[in-house]
Amino acid sequence: MAFPSRLFPTPVEVAVRLYRDAFFGKLLLDMGKTLSRAAIAFTIAMAVGSALGILLGRVSAIDRLFSSWVIVGLNMPAVVIAIVLYIWLGLTETALILAVIVNKVPLVITTIREGVRSFAYEYDELALAFRMPFWRRMRFVSAPQLMPYVLAAARTGLSLIWKIVLVFEVIGSDGGVGFRISTLFQFFDIKGILSYTTAFIVVVLVFEYWVMRPLEHSVLRWRTDRA
Amino acid sequence: MADGPRLNIDIAEKRFAVLPAPLLKDFHLAVEPSSVVALVGPSGVGKSSLLRMIAGVDDDFSGSITVDGVDAAAAPPPGFVFQDARLLPWLTAIQNVRAVRASTSEPSAREWLRRVGLGGYEDAYPRELSGGMQRRVALARAFSVNPQLLLLDEPFVSLDRQIVAELQQSFLTMFSDTNCTVILVTHMPDDAARLADRAVLLNGMPAHIVSDIDLDVARDKRTSQDLARLTALIAEARPEDTL
Repeated sequence: MAFPSRLFPTPVEVAVRLYRDAFFGKLLLDMGKTLSRAAIAFTIAMAVGSALGILLGRVSAIDRLFSSWVIVGLNMPAVVIAIVLYIWLGLTETALILAVIVNKVPLVITTIREGVRSFAYEYDELALAFRMPFWRRMRFVSAPQLMPYVLAAARTGLSLIWKIVLVFEVIGSDGGVGFRISTLFQFFDIKGILSYTTAFIVVVLVFEYWVMRPLEHSVLRWRTDRA
Repeated sequence: MADGPRLNIDIAEKRFAVLPAPLLKDFHLAVEPSSVVALVGPSGVGKSSLLRMIAGVDDDFSGSITVDGVDAAAAPPPGFVFQDARLLPWLTAIQNVRAVRASTSEPSAREWLRRVGLGGYEDAYPRELSGGMQRRVALARAFSVNPQLLLLDEPFVSLDRQIVAELQQSFLTMFSDTNCTVILVTHMPDDAARLADRAVLLNGMPAHIVSDIDLDVARDKRTSQDLARLTALIAEARPEDTL
């Protein structure tokens, strides 16, 4: 056989291993830990990044003051942030989640800021002419213009978070998919690594097709290209 | 139906930083209740700016504009129709009518859409409506906000004349039904001749009234000969563009 099965297991072997890991191993526990970390980091990063993005998009003085920091944040190596936070805060959940948030926030700020900058003046004038109250204007005029950018930030942000959560779990964590894969790596257990990877891919696809796409379809159904 | 409000416009000065002279200076205009007044003039003379000041959107001027004795910015918001339909593309026709004012109920919005001839199109998105239909939604939205005072900013631009004729008939019906006061901004004498009771011609910088024409035949009784005569009257009085 050209490829030794230890290094190149067949799909059937990976599926069997996946079944065993899920029902007799720690796969579900690890997946739960990773997903909860990703969910917390994602929620906080989206909220903070959106608020700051709106602020920077609306107030040019603040944008001029902080845009360099946003660029630094965008280009700072993720591993550096994780290591520094692990040193400062210890190998804790807080450090891990905070590292993910700090990595993702600049990306959200940049996307949302562009969204705010693209607001149509005509709609602002419409709201002014009819003297729409602030919250009504937010709901009917501003938020719908921002939604495509929020969805873009969510999608790119999620892809980033899936990756860096695992990397940070490898560096300093006592559980989660990344931690388990690093353990499997030490035993050169490629079957186990592929089993965990497959499970992770399934979760990502389920999230994409059951959450992101229906949400996108619902929010953007007014667009011509979705008719 | 109650009469539309009386407007008193007394502008001492309105300036824009980019202009070498005031846009308006010592400008006075009184508009009778339930009358339709057309402001006719070349582009850039200040017609649309004046409309925004009446709407209370722009209060950066010296002088006063009152609506039934109340400062324009404090008066109830007028119904406003822009040069484009300016519908929010993510909302359906009925949602567009309801979005601008919280107190507009669904039955009321449906009724306004029906009155502009759009019964059955309540759930259509703007992209699913023709240009003329979109303007009708904009008209329904304006009336739903304030059926007593309507400000129309060149509402027929970039529409073909067949659609304009249909729209103007809708406007005339709605004006009569609601007894509203209307300020119509236009640069087309035939629009003014068809819809207005009075044509106020503006020109210059600062803009001033060069002619104030009382259109002597009732709006709903104008024949095609009347329209041709009134259009010619306005066109003749319209000065050369001095901007």
